[in-house]
Amino acid sequence: MLSIPIGFVISTFIYSKGYSYLSDAPEACGNCHIMNDHLYSYQKSSHHTGAVCNSCHTPSGFFGKYITKAINGWAHGYAFTTGDYAWPLQIKGFNKAITNKSCLKCHTGIIHTTRAVREFDCIHCHSDVGHLR
Amino acid sequence: MKIFRNAPFWVFTVCIVISASCFLLALNILERKNEEKNMHHQVKKIGPLEDNPAIWGASFPLQYEGYLKNVDQDRTRYGGSEALKRIPTEGDPRVIVSQDKLKIDPRLVTMWAGYAFSKDFREERGHAFMLSDQIYTKRQKVGQPGTCINCHASTYKAMMLLGNGDLTQGFYKLNQMPYMEAAKQVKHPVSCIDCHDPENMKLRVTRPAFIEGIKSYKKFMGVDDYDVNKMASVSDMRVFVCAQCHVEYYFKGKDKVLTYPWSKGLTGDAILSYYNDINFKDWTHKLTGAEVIKAQHPEFETYSNGIHARSGVSCVDCHMPYKKVGAMKITDHQINSPMLKVNRACRTCHSIPEDELIERVNLIQDKHTEMKDIVFDALIAFIKKIEEAQGHPDIDKIRKYQRDAQFLLDYVEAENSVGFHAPQESARTLMQSLDYIREGEILLSK
Repeated sequence: MLSIPIGFVISTFIYSKGYSYLSDAPEACGNCHIMNDHLYSYQKSSHHTGAVCNSCHTPSGFFGKYITKAINGWAHGYAFTTGDYAWPLQIKGFNKAITNKSCLKCHTGIIHTTRAVREFDCIHCHSDVGHLR
Repeated sequence: MKIFRNAPFWVFTVCIVISASCFLLALNILERKNEEKNMHHQVKKIGPLEDNPAIWGASFPLQYEGYLKNVDQDRTRYGGSEALKRIPTEGDPRVIVSQDKLKIDPRLVTMWAGYAFSKDFREERGHAFMLSDQIYTKRQKVGQPGTCINCHASTYKAMMLLGNGDLTQGFYKLNQMPYMEAAKQVKHPVSCIDCHDPENMKLRVTRPAFIEGIKSYKKFMGVDDYDVNKMASVSDMRVFVCAQCHVEYYFKGKDKVLTYPWSKGLTGDAILSYYNDINFKDWTHKLTGAEVIKAQHPEFETYSNGIHARSGVSCVDCHMPYKKVGAMKITDHQINSPMLKVNRACRTCHSIPEDELIERVNLIQDKHTEMKDIVFDALIAFIKKIEEAQGHPDIDKIRKYQRDAQFLLDYVEAENSVGFHAPQESARTLMQSLDYIREGEILLSK
């Protein structure tokens, strides 16, 4: 009897390209249509040769990355299926903090001295380096 | 434990729930994938003169749904309208109207003394009501020309039929009819065909008055023979289709040709100077004898002088912002105040919390209202003084000051953004009005 739900789960997983969400491919973020515009503008952005979506939108480390993916995967899936979300999309505290910290993955050297003073909100000014809103 | 004795039952239930949810999710995904593939499919051919929005709506149901919502009456801080119940009378079957602006601001009655607007003037409401509200206004008692119908109905079909395929000829014929006869030629309030080409859905200007008006303005700017339907860019069109009607205008000559006074520029004072050059008047002021002009709703002109126009933001960007429906992105065809959809209207560009954006708009509109009230009070006091000084040796010059001051104040008052479209330009126009009042009062006291 268990084979029936397992079959449904596996087929839906494959049909929705669920496996792609485990990868680093930016195209995966366009799967559910909503972020297509973000994807297209990322492909033309200054960061498209050096970074993928996950570089900025997930923390470093295996566990941090996949826990973040799981939390956002659930929240985004829920929001999109029910249609209950704001358009244009609004980034909230949890994901904004991850994105802000991600700048340091590469740019620590440049902003070392300024950061000695206080925490910086990089994307307050550099909001379009990854993609337009 | 009991629960384990029922184990097969629970396993069965859980299996059903999981299978069913996965199945529904897969269906939802299928639906979205299909939406992305087939954004549009025309189910019915739309004829070149089809003015019935329901026929267009069959092929564009989401846009049509928004269009139908134009009956909604919502209030904003200074604008919008309230749906007020009324008991229908013999000449006026409306059961819902908007609030009476003459009661809210009696200064309007003094400013428009002797003109039909001082008899009946209600708050403007959605596109859906444009035709019925005009047919049943008490202003009809003085007998309005057919010209009025230009912007109160879907007139494209009527003009094409009257002109035997020549839009401009049909336009002239419509202008010359009495209003009630012109109203018989039309069926719908503004409809799809007024802005869209049924062949390919591209935006298209259908009002000859705008085609001529923008041509005269472009000539003033140094561009000869401007043909709006051939030369305007897509983003220009997202302004121009609205500017077919949301403008200052007058009825030229005996034939009552609807004309936009733009050949000297798009500011209040440029338009006033145009009217002064041709000695145009709408009526003679009942209290003072001044030959005065009624300003209409110069939204396009005012917007053109504002920061959003300079930044290339169109009317549609804020009043009909994109919205997501499933996997599709469509233009919102419910046209109303951006303050009723701040996230979509403003936050596409301004990454600032919604509350803060609303506060910014409130700040602009509060200050604007304060300035407008100062000038309006001064104008009413000026009118009262002129009324009592009819024997003054310089009465004609004083009346001219009233004419100029009144037009500029009315120009700002009648504009429907409460200053937001161009705060500084509106303030400048108010300042000029105040200056005319000041000069007039100096002359009065001599």
